[in-house]
Amino acid sequence: MLNPISLAFKKAKSEKRPALVTYTVAGDSSKKQSLEILKSISNYADILEVGVPHNTPVADGGQIQTSAYRAIKNGIKMNDIFQIVRDYKKNKNSKPIIFMGYYNMIYQYGKNNFIKNCKKSGVNGLIIVDLPWPENKIFSKHCKKNSINFIQLLSPTTSNKRLKMITKDSHDMIYYISMLSTTGGKLKVSPKKILSNYNEIKKISPKKNCVIGFGITEKTISNFKKTDGLVVGSQICREITRSLNNGQNPVINVSKMVSRLRKKIS
Amino acid sequence: MRLKKGIPVIDQGDKLGFWGGKFGGNFVPETLKKPIEDLEIQFNKLKNDKNFIKERDKYFRNWIGVPTRLIKLNNLTKKVGGAQIWSKVVSDANGGAHKIYNATVHCLLAKRSGKKVIIGDTGAGYAGKMLSMAAKKFGLRCKIFMGAKDIKRQQPNVKAMKKNGADVIPVYSGSQTLVDAVSECMRYWVANCDTTAMCVGSTVGPAIFVRICGWSTSQISRELKVQLLNEFGNIPKKVKLYNCVGGGSSSFGFWNEFMDYDKKQVEFIGVEAGGPAKSKRHAAPLTYGSKIGILHGAAQYVNQNSDGQIEETESISAGLDYPGISPLHCFLKDTKRARYTAASDEEALKAYQIVTKYENLRPSLEPSHAFSVAIKDAKKLSKDTIVIINSCGDAYKDRGILEKKLGKKYVKSN
Repeated sequence: MLNPISLAFKKAKSEKRPALVTYTVAGDSSKKQSLEILKSISNYADILEVGVPHNTPVADGGQIQTSAYRAIKNGIKMNDIFQIVRDYKKNKNSKPIIFMGYYNMIYQYGKNNFIKNCKKSGVNGLIIVDLPWPENKIFSKHCKKNSINFIQLLSPTTSNKRLKMITKDSHDMIYYISMLSTTGGKLKVSPKKILSNYNEIKKISPKKNCVIGFGITEKTISNFKKTDGLVVGSQICREITRSLNNGQNPVINVSKMVSRLRKKIS
Repeated sequence: MRLKKGIPVIDQGDKLGFWGGKFGGNFVPETLKKPIEDLEIQFNKLKNDKNFIKERDKYFRNWIGVPTRLIKLNNLTKKVGGAQIWSKVVSDANGGAHKIYNATVHCLLAKRSGKKVIIGDTGAGYAGKMLSMAAKKFGLRCKIFMGAKDIKRQQPNVKAMKKNGADVIPVYSGSQTLVDAVSECMRYWVANCDTTAMCVGSTVGPAIFVRICGWSTSQISRELKVQLLNEFGNIPKKVKLYNCVGGGSSSFGFWNEFMDYDKKQVEFIGVEAGGPAKSKRHAAPLTYGSKIGILHGAAQYVNQNSDGQIEETESISAGLDYPGISPLHCFLKDTKRARYTAASDEEALKAYQIVTKYENLRPSLEPSHAFSVAIKDAKKLSKDTIVIINSCGDAYKDRGILEKKLGKKYVKSN
């Protein structure tokens, strides 16, 4: 049987569109609200990345940092994040959940304990920004044993030789970082160039579902219709900040935004 | 865990860059893997290249002005009445602190790899000031990331950086100190690593930066060894080397050449920043038993909460105000080669007053932490013990803080 992440890609493919992957930070701006956001965007998104906020992130741009600091300030803890996922997964319409975060949070929780709790609460995949290959070899194997997808990252600086080794060790899904940037940067490379790199990866590893992230927004997303999946994060985080600043409900605004994103790639 | 003899400590890490199997490493985003690997290849080759070493030594000699003095503090020795107290006046170096060695080496490497821009982090402002000086010297554009709180409290160094033509970029996230400056600098590198070289200001960060910095500051102990031989004819039977430890670059450099000596002969004492006496927010992860965690790409002892969020620190000295510590020092602690303790803000200030009262020497607040412990220890030690404190920074940058804490008159008079 296919795992839920692969199923989500399969479903999108059958509808001849890329899978829409969203990123929101757990606990932004509160536990309850972040859960409400996950529920409401499930109508349009195929896979939900849940950011595990960390206070010394080395790859996040301003928007995601703002969301993460807001969540930490409001007291979010690792166990609350697992609880959010548990509550979310009670929904009929629930989608696969991927945690995205930094390794220290896992290290402090205890690797085995962390994986055990992921499994128990219904987390389907992990992206650990600062645990690259080959450092992640043992950990990713451990994830696979527990049916959790360890998602390897690839970037424009990844050499072909390295790319082959990484994809060989990857599970069903891989993540291509579109450009040299922190999250939320403006797309500084042409979509054509990004797609050509993407196609290189697909040539080497045709069976893996490859998503593109970084710089994907309402403006740019329609350039990438012929891919397996696309990740939108910073723009959603910015929408939460904007809504809060204007005294509006972030749940409604984010939900509308994700619906628009979905339309653009359908 | 064991320290090997005959192999430089910077080269004792394993294939993945871990010292003692668990400190250091490369916890970095995929994007940085390639530039880090490039830098590793370049450094591993050049550190054994005679021409490169000649070039380094030329700039160290003619531009930095090595060797810095080793002086006996006669008045202080008399006043304390115990061990002989000496100081290695590293603040003699061009720019006024040890950060110049690492900055110079990074600029030489950047130049050779054809990079046009160099970026760096800074806490006390020394690393930034030195990088801006070296960048100017070698014709590189320079950007310095500095916490907004540190910009306020270290104005003389900020002015110097700007004068050297560097962009000083204030960092407003988190505690607005060194920890956030390093994060922001790494983020900038993630986005610009194709055109830009990064200099990490201390023996912290991904393993290669720890190694380059340690290799550069080791100049201090190379000189010290020669100076001790000239002074005493041999390495004395009882030597104690006191150094403040923030990230750990000056202390590592001050000790490196003596690594293989028995610690009964040459003892290393690292002094961390204990923060205000009544505060619990110290910057002393080794002294107060912080847990191992990952910060800025390396596994190390680091102040953090049970969830793994890095905790804010508090210290009068911006240069020591860092929640983590070099993997090299974690390794030296666990192999018991060095011992670590802390001095509070108040103790450091008191030591500054004592030193400036008796000697023509003005250690900045960072080495004042080391002086505090050394003076206390020296009282109890025999006359044939040689206590040496690395005075690795000059107090000029601390004028504002010293005036506030001790009064204008006090600061003006010395």
